[in-house]
Amino acid sequence: MLQMKTHYPDATRVEPVNRHTLAIVVDNEPGVLARIAGLFSGRGYNIESLTVTETQHEAHISRITIVTTGTHSIIQQIKSQLERLVPVHRVVDLTLTGEAVERELCLVKVVGKGDHRVEAMRLASAFGARTLDATLTSFVYEMTGTTDEVERFIKLMTAVGLVEVSRTGVAAMARGAEGIM
Amino acid sequence: MSETMTGAEMVIRALQDQGVEHVFGYPGGAVLPIYDALFHQEKVRHVLVRHEQGAVHAAEGYARASGKPGVVLVTSGPGATNAITGLADAMMDSIPLVCITGQVPTHLIGSDAFQECDTVGITRHCTKHNYLVKSIEDLPRVLHEAFYVAQNGRPGPVVVDLPKDIQFKAGQYARPLSNQHKTYRPTVKGDMDHIRAAIELMANAKRPVFYTGGGVINSGTQASALLRELVQLTGFPITSTLMGLGAYPASDRQWLGMLGMHGTYEANLAMHECDVMINIGARFDDRITGRLDAFSPFSKRIHVDIDPSSINKTVKVDIPIVGDCAHVLEDMVRLWRQGAKQADKGELQEWWNKIEGWRARNCLAYKNSKETIKPQYAVQRLYELTKDRAPYVTTEVGQHQMWAAQYFRFDEPNHWMTSGGHGTMGYGLPAAVGAQLAHPDALVIDIAGEASIQMMLQEMSTALQYNLPIKVFILNNEYMGMVRQWQELLHGGRYSQSYSESLPDFVKLAEAYGGVGIRCDNPAELDAKIMEMINVNRPVIFDCIVDKTENCFPMIPSGKAHNEMLLNDYLGETGTDIGSVIDEKGKMLV
Repeated sequence: MLQMKTHYPDATRVEPVNRHTLAIVVDNEPGVLARIAGLFSGRGYNIESLTVTETQHEAHISRITIVTTGTHSIIQQIKSQLERLVPVHRVVDLTLTGEAVERELCLVKVVGKGDHRVEAMRLASAFGARTLDATLTSFVYEMTGTTDEVERFIKLMTAVGLVEVSRTGVAAMARGAEGIM
Repeated sequence: MSETMTGAEMVIRALQDQGVEHVFGYPGGAVLPIYDALFHQEKVRHVLVRHEQGAVHAAEGYARASGKPGVVLVTSGPGATNAITGLADAMMDSIPLVCITGQVPTHLIGSDAFQECDTVGITRHCTKHNYLVKSIEDLPRVLHEAFYVAQNGRPGPVVVDLPKDIQFKAGQYARPLSNQHKTYRPTVKGDMDHIRAAIELMANAKRPVFYTGGGVINSGTQASALLRELVQLTGFPITSTLMGLGAYPASDRQWLGMLGMHGTYEANLAMHECDVMINIGARFDDRITGRLDAFSPFSKRIHVDIDPSSINKTVKVDIPIVGDCAHVLEDMVRLWRQGAKQADKGELQEWWNKIEGWRARNCLAYKNSKETIKPQYAVQRLYELTKDRAPYVTTEVGQHQMWAAQYFRFDEPNHWMTSGGHGTMGYGLPAAVGAQLAHPDALVIDIAGEASIQMMLQEMSTALQYNLPIKVFILNNEYMGMVRQWQELLHGGRYSQSYSESLPDFVKLAEAYGGVGIRCDNPAELDAKIMEMINVNRPVIFDCIVDKTENCFPMIPSGKAHNEMLLNDYLGETGTDIGSVIDEKGKMLV
């Protein structure tokens, strides 16, 4: 629960805070990412994760996936503020469209010998991680899953010699036949 | 049919094709090619300001007085950064502007070149949209698109940053068949189901009130005409924000005056007690709402706004209508006329009786004096002596601005130009320059304070250069009055740095610029001197020496609600110490 800010410090309302995944379709023009990131920082919204790449090369259209948190009214306001930006075509709140498919990819490097090394291999195989690089003392694994699964994988790997993590952030898509273009 | 020309020539041609008559600007290294292209033509008239901030405010004044977009042309680096305050002002008040900034040549961008700054980076948050044009092929489209974006949807400033090498480069120019943006399509027609629900709610209202804002003015004169029609059809009372003054005639009986922090008793109490609030083109600004959790506690709310992000931003509404005011008002008027059931006349009459009771409180009354000029009296006399000429009035920011809003009365839209959202001291003089250019034969008055006026004073020189007979009417109380008033309210009357020391002799100053200076400190002479000012066909600075201690009332103190206003006679009646009115939490607010 988070207290919602108003102009007046004693006029607070308590509303539940939820995690929402937004898919934002934008013109891939210079500065568009700065516009969106700046909107979040300027208005005091959270970004938990942000992923962006051009998805339609001929039309120069990118899809940005942002995971944010807020009360219902803040999420509504974020959506309206994003839609106000000129290069933004559409904003879809995937959390509201039903259970969207969400995946994140992480690369982890573990360094160790003996039992740690064996345990790291076991865990990797249990999580379905791929081995991308191996030396006599280290592994680099690639693991894909929900944010929770990635978190769990990283937490376990910490115990067996994790030295480095790189994560993509969430990519997401609504279930069913309907597409967002 | 396309023609070959340079980027600089394209800029001028695009302005011509957009029907631009005036450009406010200041030359510099990175815009020299554009200034050269200006030199070869006469359709677009350049107005040389004395500071880039002045250029933007002048363009704002021009835009608001004419209903057309304002155009600004400045150089890179300091030219662009000086324009920022004006752009932020236009952003907050939704004024359509196109600001063309020069930039260092593309191959020098990012090298910390002379007069380089990241203009699109710096202006990203204070413009509606901005462009850095890196290829001559994009230029014609971007120029026209900038005008489309500035004017459509919620209006705002658009920056086009143009590197010098692109200005020199030759390319093909053709006026786009439609200068729409390829995807930006704001909603203008309101949702009919919501409009129907709104009309239904209005028809069943017992204590309704219209609360209208700058959106009605921005939507064009047609919107004001439709608003008048709807208000008169319904018989409901109407109040307006600072930005919305003039959309509904102040001389009409249904008009309650401005609402908000310095609004009238009747307007604020009507907002507090109403059961149906019809917000048209206003955004529940904190100057309007006062304490949010006590704002209009009994009302169902209808909110018409072209910007979906204005809806439910701070105040929850029951019936949101996203659309342009004129379009929605047209539908509302039509549906109201068709609707069989009208508001209950008996209950509406009761509501009016209540309002008349509040009105009888005469909240704008003040104690006049024979010795010193009361600032309220000065504005009242200025209004009475100029109202027949339908003057265009601009203001700076502070007490004088609120007195102007309270005591000057506007019957037509686009006659009132003030910095509402951003609260920019220095706005009024350049805005008057812009307004006078839009209406060369009209009477244009900048109601100013002696502190604010010094922030953009250099634009007197612009007024002289272009023979613009603007009248700068300074309410001189030798204080930053609003700061002083707040120091009285919040800080025990310790006037830290709010006294206007070492003031210039404004009469001599006017003369030094080549204008006319008039001073008045005697209430008995005020009328004659105001007439003298009006009758001079040259720029005038009128130094009106007013009461130094007068405060601006009514006032909703910070952290208080609409029904907790302070009135003018508050101190006299109760003897309460003004410093104890605001509680500790209220002191944190602005």
